[in-house]
Amino acid sequence: MASRTKSYLWGAVFAVLMALAIPWFLWGNDTVVAGFPVWLWWHIGWMGVAAVTFAAFARDGWGVWMDGWSA
Amino acid sequence: MVSVSILQSGANVSVQLGIIVAYLLLTLAVGLVAYRLTDRTAEDYYLASRTLGTVVLLFTTFATLLSAFTFFAGPNIAYGLGPEWILVMGLMDGIIFAVLWYVVGYRQWLIGKEYGHVTLGEMLGDRFGSVRLRATVALVSLFWLFPYVMLQQVGAGDALSALTDGAVPYWAGAGLITVFMILYVALSGMRGVAWTDTIQGLFMLTMVWAALLWVLSDVGGVGAATGALAENKPEFLALGGGAYSVPWMLSNAIGIAFGVAMFPQVNQRFFVARSEKVLKRTLALWPVVVVLLFVPAFMLGAWAAGLGVPMPESGNILPGVLTEFTPGWFAALVIAGAMAAMMSSSDSMLLSGSSYFTRDIYRPFLNADASERREDLIARVGVAAFATLAFVASLFNPPSLYVIGDTAFGGFAQLALPVIVALYWRRTTRTGMYAGVLGSQLFYMVTTLTPAAGNSTTLGPLTIPGVMESFAGWSSSVVGMVVGLVLVVAVSLATAQAKAERPAVVMGPGADD
Repeated sequence: MASRTKSYLWGAVFAVLMALAIPWFLWGNDTVVAGFPVWLWWHIGWMGVAAVTFAAFARDGWGVWMDGWSA
Repeated sequence: MVSVSILQSGANVSVQLGIIVAYLLLTLAVGLVAYRLTDRTAEDYYLASRTLGTVVLLFTTFATLLSAFTFFAGPNIAYGLGPEWILVMGLMDGIIFAVLWYVVGYRQWLIGKEYGHVTLGEMLGDRFGSVRLRATVALVSLFWLFPYVMLQQVGAGDALSALTDGAVPYWAGAGLITVFMILYVALSGMRGVAWTDTIQGLFMLTMVWAALLWVLSDVGGVGAATGALAENKPEFLALGGGAYSVPWMLSNAIGIAFGVAMFPQVNQRFFVARSEKVLKRTLALWPVVVVLLFVPAFMLGAWAAGLGVPMPESGNILPGVLTEFTPGWFAALVIAGAMAAMMSSSDSMLLSGSSYFTRDIYRPFLNADASERREDLIARVGVAAFATLAFVASLFNPPSLYVIGDTAFGGFAQLALPVIVALYWRRTTRTGMYAGVLGSQLFYMVTTLTPAAGNSTTLGPLTIPGVMESFAGWSSSVVGMVVGLVLVVAVSLATAQAKAERPAVVMGPGADD
C-alpha cells in the first residue's frame, strides 16, 4: 500500500475510534442488559476494538506521518 | 452507633498509619536500590537513560497521572452526576490520549533520542533556535505545575490529619510527606519513581477489583446494585441528561486529554521508552488498562448513589462505600493506598518540575558551562527547593493558587496544538510559536481566572469584571486551544523564519530540505 493511502486510511480509522467511543446513537437510552446499561457495554466492547486496532496499527501502520523519521 | 464508629475508626487509624509507614519504607528502599544503579548524569537522573520497558512505562504513566483522580474525584462525579463519566474518561485516556501517545509521544521520542533532549522546552528551543522560547515553555509549565503540586501536598496533609482525627496536624502531615518525597526523589530520580509507580499502579488495580467484588457480593450482585440505581436514580441509567451534554462531555474529554500530554511529568515520559517496541505495546494496552480501572472505580460511585450511601464528611464517596460494605481493615487498605497514590503523582511532578527549571532556565541563563555532575547535583537540589516552596505556599492557603491548580489541565492543554504544529509543519516560525503559546495562555487565563460573567471582584484598587467562561456549552480550555491553533498557523504564514531556526530537528534526517 502506498504510504500516502496508508496515512489517510489510518487517520480515518483513528477518527472513527474517537467518534464512536461514546455511543451517541444511544442518547437517552436506559436499557439494562446483564447488570449494565447497554451504552456501557458498547463502550467496553469499543475499547476492546480500540486495543485490537492499536495493535494492528503498531504492526502495519507504525511510521505513518513521521516524515523524515520513517525514511 | 457513635461509640462503635469511634472504635472502628481507632482500629482503622493504626492500620492506615501502618500501611502508610510500610509504603514509605518500601519507596525509600526502592529509591536506594535505584540510586545504586544510577549514573551521576542528568539524563540518567531525569530519564533513566531512556531505558524503561513496557510494564514500567505503562504503569508509571498511568499511576503518575490518574491515581488520586481515579480514587476520589472520578467516583465522586459518578456519584453526583451519573456513570457517564466512564465514557468521558474512556474517550479521553483510552483513545484520544493513546492517539497523542503516537502523534506527540512517538515523534518526541524519535527527536529526543537523536538530539538528547530531556524536556519539551529543550526540544522546541533547539528547533526554533531560541533559548527564550525554551524558557517561555518552561515558565508557562511551571506556572501551572507549582500550584498543582501544592494541591497534592494539601490533599496528603489533610488526609493524614483526618486519618488521625487531628492528632497529626496539617502542617506536620504535609511536612512529613514533603520531607519523605524529597529524600527518595532526590536520591533515585526517574528510575526509582517509575518503579514505585509500577508497584503502586498494580496495587491500585488489584484493590479496585477486590473492592468491586466485595461490595457486589455484599449487595447481592451486579443486577441488584444496578436495580437499586434504576429504582432510586433512574436518570443515571439513561445516557446523557443532567450535566452530561454533548459539548460538556467532549470539552472534558478533549481538553483534559491534550492537557495530559503537556503535563511535564507525562510529556517527559515520552522520552524514556527503551525501544520502539515498548511504545507499540504500550499503545495497544492503553484502552485495556483504562477500562479495567475506570469501569469498576466509577461504577462503585454510581451504585453508591442508588444504594443511598451518604457522602462522608471527607467529601469522597469511595471511602464511604467501602466503610458501608467492607470490613474496616479493607477500607483502610484502599484509602491508605489512595493516599500513597497521591504521593506517587507528586514525586513525578517534582522530578519534572526540577528538570524544567535546571535544563531550561538554570543552564541556559545562569550557568551555561555547568558540568554533567554539577547539573545532576543542581537537579537534586531543585527537587528539594521545589517541594519545600510548594509546602510553604500550602501553609498560607492562598486561594488564588487553588484556582490555578484546579484549572491546570486546561492551562497545559493550551500548549498542545502549537507544539503539534511545530512538530509536523516545517513552515512554523518562532514568532508564530510565541503568538500561539502566549496568545492561547492569555485567552485561557482571562476567561478562567477572572470571575464568572456578570460578577466582579476587587484586587486592591482594581475592579476586575467577570468574563464569559463557556461558549455555547464548550469550555474555555477547548476554545483556547482553537485560538492557539489559529494564531500559530496565521502568524507563521505572515512571518519569516529566523536564521537560527532548524526545521530539520523535528522533520527527521530523511526529510527533503
